[in-house]
Amino acid sequence: MQKRILMAGISAAACISAASAASAVEIEYWQYIYDTRVDAMDQLIESFEEANPDITVKQVTFPYADYQTRIVAANMARKGPDVMQLFYGWADKFIAGKLIQPLPEDTFPAAEIEEEFFPIVSAMKRDGQYYGLPTAVRSLALFYNKDLFEEAGLDGPPETLDELVEYGKKLTVKNDAGNFETVGLTLDMAGQDHQWWREVLVRQMGGVPYNDDYTEVTYDDEAGIAALEYYTDLGKKHGIGEPGFMDEGQAAFRAGRAAMTIDGTFRLGSFNSIEDFEWGVAELPANDEGVQSNYASYFANAIGSSAEGEELEAAVKFLDYISSPEAMQVWLEVVGELPARRAAAETEENMSDPIYGPFLAALPYAHTTLFVDEAAQRQTAIDMANRVFLQDQPVADAVAEAAEEEQAIIDDARD
Amino acid sequence: MVHPTSSDTVPTHPIRPAPRLSMRTRSALWVWGFLAIPVLFYCVIRFYPTFNAFWLSLTDWDLMSEAEFIGFENYRRMFADPDFWQTFRNTFEYLVFGTPISLLIAFVVAYYLDRVRFAHNFLRALYFMPYITTAAAMAWVWRWFYQPPPTGLINSALGEMGFGQIEFLGSTSNALPAIMVTAIWAGLGFQIIIFMAGLRAIPDTYYEAARIDGLGEWTILRKITLPLLKPTTVFLVVFISIAFLRIFDQVYNMTTNDPGGPLGTTEPLVLMIYQTAFSSYDMGYAAAQTVVLFTILLVVSLLQLWILRDRA
Repeated sequence: MQKRILMAGISAAACISAASAASAVEIEYWQYIYDTRVDAMDQLIESFEEANPDITVKQVTFPYADYQTRIVAANMARKGPDVMQLFYGWADKFIAGKLIQPLPEDTFPAAEIEEEFFPIVSAMKRDGQYYGLPTAVRSLALFYNKDLFEEAGLDGPPETLDELVEYGKKLTVKNDAGNFETVGLTLDMAGQDHQWWREVLVRQMGGVPYNDDYTEVTYDDEAGIAALEYYTDLGKKHGIGEPGFMDEGQAAFRAGRAAMTIDGTFRLGSFNSIEDFEWGVAELPANDEGVQSNYASYFANAIGSSAEGEELEAAVKFLDYISSPEAMQVWLEVVGELPARRAAAETEENMSDPIYGPFLAALPYAHTTLFVDEAAQRQTAIDMANRVFLQDQPVADAVAEAAEEEQAIIDDARD
Repeated sequence: MVHPTSSDTVPTHPIRPAPRLSMRTRSALWVWGFLAIPVLFYCVIRFYPTFNAFWLSLTDWDLMSEAEFIGFENYRRMFADPDFWQTFRNTFEYLVFGTPISLLIAFVVAYYLDRVRFAHNFLRALYFMPYITTAAAMAWVWRWFYQPPPTGLINSALGEMGFGQIEFLGSTSNALPAIMVTAIWAGLGFQIIIFMAGLRAIPDTYYEAARIDGLGEWTILRKITLPLLKPTTVFLVVFISIAFLRIFDQVYNMTTNDPGGPLGTTEPLVLMIYQTAFSSYDMGYAAAQTVVLFTILLVVSLLQLWILRDRA
């Protein structure tokens, strides 16, 4: 790393002397609109430009719903960004569509990346080359309402799957008509539960959801069935929650009507404004043997395929800066997302933080699903649970049908 | 300025008269001059993309790579896809139930509202209000109405009165009718106004003559009002049908968590097209679905015009 900094210093010095003669370079950075992310990036750009007076970075933002389409359309018109933010799950599509280019090996050696970042960054690696690096990563955790726990006489969050059920029962409140007043745990497949089911429960039941390169669905077995059974039993057998309660799980939790919900780091911003009750965060419950798992995801920064010459040089420098520990600290403070580098993340202060701690603790054992079409794959999980909840389809059939549908989506995307 | 200031500038050759155009040609030129802008607009913004969609439906275009011709593969895939047939059925359910119910309610309201003198304008404005309200905003309000307790207004009221709960949007059988009701309600205002204009256009003399001849209200309605309202009815049937065939806003906004769900039971064709195109970026396949929707719209419209044509 020191050598790299030295090299960067030399090249920066060379650039400064050249800059007096050569004209300044302007590069474009694209991301979607989310206030804190845009703020954080503005701060990063400011300090980057201070250190590199010959480079100007222009931040361009779009609403999330249009974001992908804009990148693709701009690329077709050869007006794509030099550096852009993309969800790791879009990588295959963006590489195939020649929207992004591999990171230059000299500035971003693969071995160094693997040593310094959390293992989940490998989702941006294709044929030995990295196509992007995240500033920050996200993981899942169990959010719990401390006030409701106290009322129910529980003094801490559940640590195992059995405890989750047991605590959930104690926390559930129904009125005389038999309707939920408070659910023990939210059941919301359209939220983060599909990730919990896929990467956590299936693995905890002794299975694996996909093969190593995520080209094959492998959850259609006993583990997958046990995982779905556990999930649907939470509603059907134990009655600690019901799908669609208060429309969305996060809404129920916010309203103080759910004692527990499984959600990601990205929800912190919204939950921070809760004033009616105290809430806490815990690692996702382990199984009986102590097996833990988690789903982690991230937006990576990548270099647009249209960047070349001095723009490419500037883009590389900028990407290097926004993947630095310094940038990650800014991102954590402004956005609340976890640093993607181990050293920056696993500081004593962060690890002992009651909110960030549980999310960070999950990163070393977290998995990152390589989606080919996240929305469509999520839909297969939603439908799978709905067939059991609404149509009483046997769990094994529901899993088999979902596996077949999801495999078709993966196959379609790959040919 | 009629006289030149200097004789030098006086042209030595006679000014060639402008080609003589008849009044008719000149006015035609004017008309087309003005029409050129909307015509050009329609050709470039509407017709060209429409024809392009036909071509795209024969390719595997995914927005990123070059479009490759694959013949009728998209159509084969579509007709073999049970999800497509499900949305096809859903779309026709919206159409077959939505159109007559809308028409009936709109007519009844217009028929009686026409006779009300007290607060007539206010009532008319009330009925028209939903039509000018943003569909997304309305859909979200209804979405909350339909929730199970404790959030849902309807279910909370039912609970207060001691009735059992009704699953609306979370049920595979009730979700589509629940969404359709909101779409009917939203469209009523416009249809009532059109019906009232149609009713007003019927000359009073017909009614007077009928009453002098001693016809009852029911006969007047059947023999005079309804037949003379036919052009209005034809227009509205076509208009409402197209609206239901293209239903999207209500469904999308009321089911954002599970678009078109649960289990695809509320998904109309347009939502399927939207998701295929802008979520899966499968533009060729989406174009094929669009061509099917286009064909259905065309056939249904022509069929209705033919059935309801003037047999005079």
